[in-house]
Amino acid sequence: MLKKGSKKRMKNEVNAGSMADIAFLLLIFFLVTTTIAEDKGIRILLPPWSDEKPDVTQLNKRNVFSVLVNAQNQLLVRGEPTDIRELRERAKEFIINPQHREDLAESPDGAIISLKNDRGTSYETYIEVYNELKGAYNELWEDLAQRKFGKPYNDELTRAQKKAIQEEIPLVLSEAEPTAFGEEN
Amino acid sequence: MAMFKKKRGATSPEVSTASLPDIIFMLLFFFMMVTVMRDASLKVDVHTPYATELTKLEEKSLVNYIYVGRPMAEYQSIYGTKPRIQLGDKFSEVDDIPLFLEKHKLKVPENKHPRITSSLRVDGKVTMGIVQDIKTELRRYGQLVINYSAKKDPNAK
Repeated sequence: MLKKGSKKRMKNEVNAGSMADIAFLLLIFFLVTTTIAEDKGIRILLPPWSDEKPDVTQLNKRNVFSVLVNAQNQLLVRGEPTDIRELRERAKEFIINPQHREDLAESPDGAIISLKNDRGTSYETYIEVYNELKGAYNELWEDLAQRKFGKPYNDELTRAQKKAIQEEIPLVLSEAEPTAFGEEN
Repeated sequence: MAMFKKKRGATSPEVSTASLPDIIFMLLFFFMMVTVMRDASLKVDVHTPYATELTKLEEKSLVNYIYVGRPMAEYQSIYGTKPRIQLGDKFSEVDDIPLFLEKHKLKVPENKHPRITSSLRVDGKVTMGIVQDIKTELRRYGQLVINYSAKKDPNAK
């Protein structure tokens, strides 16, 4: 009797052999729809909006590194036309001022980069310029991290160490309202 | 010796496949977690520019995408060839951005709201005018963390 009963129960069990197939089907579906390619880009923080006009504080001219980009995608750095390939080196020299020149930044934490473009500037050029300026800071941070902590500026540093570096050479990039001389497409 | 032989004979040589579904399910759950469905098909032509100083976007659920570019060929008869904004899956104006951001915000838990990032996927050939308008609108709305989407140049040294 007992044996017969157990046999009957065995027959009533649902066959789970096809479970793997069903799971495979789902798996393949998710494999196909997954997009592994992640988004990368230049991360920036916009200044908060205020309705008041910004107060005009006269900055010491030597502390401002002005970059102007016109609608023809040409660069004017501190009043002189510059090639984009020189921008990074010039920005670095301006920020750290190794020779203590009179016309470059007093100290890295006082340096301000001012970027102004035209509404007709191509986005490609804008990103290129932004990339170079950010690259200049990244290189300086890297140097400082090596000197101070003997480690590269990446996840090996603790948050406090990164903060210390950023306080020494803060990234101050101010973007002015663009001019509207050029033609938009 | 004899005892060993006997034991071996008793066990069946087949490998049990009973745990196969579990393994598959494990894989399945992994892919379910990492999957983000392709939310929108692109209606504008976007070739993001090249850059080197790139940061990765961490959590995909915290990112909303704003596409800017020229309408694709099949939409040009209706929308023209001037660069347009695409939010979600439709052509939009700058004024539609706050509503779009608000809709995205609803899907994100409140404690993560400050980390929401707007990724601007803009075609390299577009001029800055439209991008500036978007930036102004984002600032006015209070969405300050943005990301200029760019990619590594494959031909770079």
